[in-house]
Amino acid sequence: MSTLLATAVGVLYATAIYLILRRSIVKLVIGLVLLSNAANLLIFTSSGLTRYAPPLIPEGSDTVLNGIVADPLAQALILTAIVIGFGVLAFAVVLIHRAYEVVKADDMDQMKDTDT
Amino acid sequence: MNSAVALQTTLPILIPLISGALSLVLWRSRQLQRGISVLGTGALMIASVWLLLSVYADGIQVMYAGNWPAPFGIVLVADLLSSIMVMLTGITGLATAVYSLATISKKHEHYGYYPLMHLLLAGVNGAFLTGDIFNLYVWFEVMLVASFALLILGGERAQMEGAIKYVTLNLVSSAIFLSAIGLLYGLTGTLNMADLAVKLADHQDNPMVQVIAMLFLMAFGIKAGAFPLFFWLPASYHTPRVAVSSLFAGLLTKVGVYALFRVFTLIFPLGDSLTRDLLLGMAGATMLVGVLGAAAQFEFRRILSFHIISQIGYMLMGLALYTPLAIIGGVFYIIHHIIVKSNLFLISGLIYRLQGSYDLKQLGGVWRSHPMIGVLFLIPALSLAGLPPLSGFFGKFIVIKAGVEAQQWWLVGVALLVGLLTLYSMTKIWAEVFWKELPEGAAAPAQQRGGTSLMVITIVALSTMTVLIGVAAEPVYKLAEHTASQLLDSQAYIQSVLGVN
Repeated sequence: MSTLLATAVGVLYATAIYLILRRSIVKLVIGLVLLSNAANLLIFTSSGLTRYAPPLIPEGSDTVLNGIVADPLAQALILTAIVIGFGVLAFAVVLIHRAYEVVKADDMDQMKDTDT
Repeated sequence: MNSAVALQTTLPILIPLISGALSLVLWRSRQLQRGISVLGTGALMIASVWLLLSVYADGIQVMYAGNWPAPFGIVLVADLLSSIMVMLTGITGLATAVYSLATISKKHEHYGYYPLMHLLLAGVNGAFLTGDIFNLYVWFEVMLVASFALLILGGERAQMEGAIKYVTLNLVSSAIFLSAIGLLYGLTGTLNMADLAVKLADHQDNPMVQVIAMLFLMAFGIKAGAFPLFFWLPASYHTPRVAVSSLFAGLLTKVGVYALFRVFTLIFPLGDSLTRDLLLGMAGATMLVGVLGAAAQFEFRRILSFHIISQIGYMLMGLALYTPLAIIGGVFYIIHHIIVKSNLFLISGLIYRLQGSYDLKQLGGVWRSHPMIGVLFLIPALSLAGLPPLSGFFGKFIVIKAGVEAQQWWLVGVALLVGLLTLYSMTKIWAEVFWKELPEGAAAPAQQRGGTSLMVITIVALSTMTVLIGVAAEPVYKLAEHTASQLLDSQAYIQSVLGVN
């Protein structure tokens, strides 16, 4: 399972980088979306896939968890990262829309005025 | 944990958050927002001085959020480096807030300039104070989102073009940072920086550690604007309002530098590793490429932007040499640089107000009309180039002396050459803006709104600070010395956070 997920992570990174290198700003933003998802999936995979009990303590019990249980922290991290990624993505979409309105082109090569 | 410590370490984050929230509530009243911005940043500066004084007196202060014990909960850790950075944020924040009163137009205020400025300061301070690597990522994002919005405030074409590059490269950097955190968590099962330092000591032979260190180097290298990852900086920093440029120039890249200092002294101590050699090379190339880029430019703020890059090189050199003296030099350089760089951007804004342009070819004759502004420019400009007795001289002197002691001759040569080229660049600005006659058909002065007295007061205050750091270099050196010994003694940091064990 982790081999499969690791391959998926690799494909996501590769696709994201390919799209970011394109001239079109729409594809650029799609690349950024994939990049943040690749990072999320990487956290999920690298923190270990556990096929055992959920990390819940039964009601009334005051003992700590014993045996192998899944690690909930990785999912908390991913959740945080998804929320942040979503917010930033919303900004990026508005930004390329405004940039398109101002520059009137979906092309990074038309946006070189500030580089020289 | 007593309540004073909790208050000290959280106030630098809480004050800007509260001021930002209040500014949002009082959205309709510009006057109140302006008042809050000055009061809030003033309070932030007082709180940051309080924090620095108590850290200096009592050592590292740790705040356990929600009273969770150390490796499990999130901690805020204020050591000397953090509190110095927080204090510099307070100074820059207050200077920018006062300067903004005279330069930010009604339109920009209406778009929400003040709430965003406070949010940016909160994010920067959070990044400086946190002791948890994932929390650092979160504060980076808070800071980034605020900076994105500040960068495009006004919506001009140049801002949009600059912002696309800025946003893209910073998001790529965040993704690399997040991936590194994921791998690190998979390897060690912890996120607390002190705990990471302990756990990673058992993984010295694992090649994965080197991979993760490289990912951190790339992520923070992009944020810091180090060679060859700096291209977003000169493409975007000259596009927003000048107060925003000044705030960015003073603080944002330095958050990246701070993160490099923190990660490569605590979590991955440099020692004689491959990372150190790479960092040495990056430092030299960053200095040289930055200053050569500046030499080719004829736009005031673009020259200054390229100089940010070359100055980052000196700080990285301090870190990469990794001797006690070099770290002292790096810390001294950061203190000097933040004040000088913000000040130079503020001066470019003052000249824009007088003559209506940032293009050196359109400017001229300021020395004849306003000789005092010439003097005010010379102080930070010569300090940036490293002339004694100004602050930049001591920063460069310590770093270069450390380089000589470490026998890194080529790096020393580059550092000296870059100092000379910086002087060339500053004399270029001087000759074009101050000595040259005002050219025919120059741009009309910017639309006047209020006087320039607030701008001048801010610039005078920051220039005075530059002179003071130079004249009274010894106390600052002592402070940097304590900071360096704290950074190199990671055991003390670990013990303060995790308790004695």
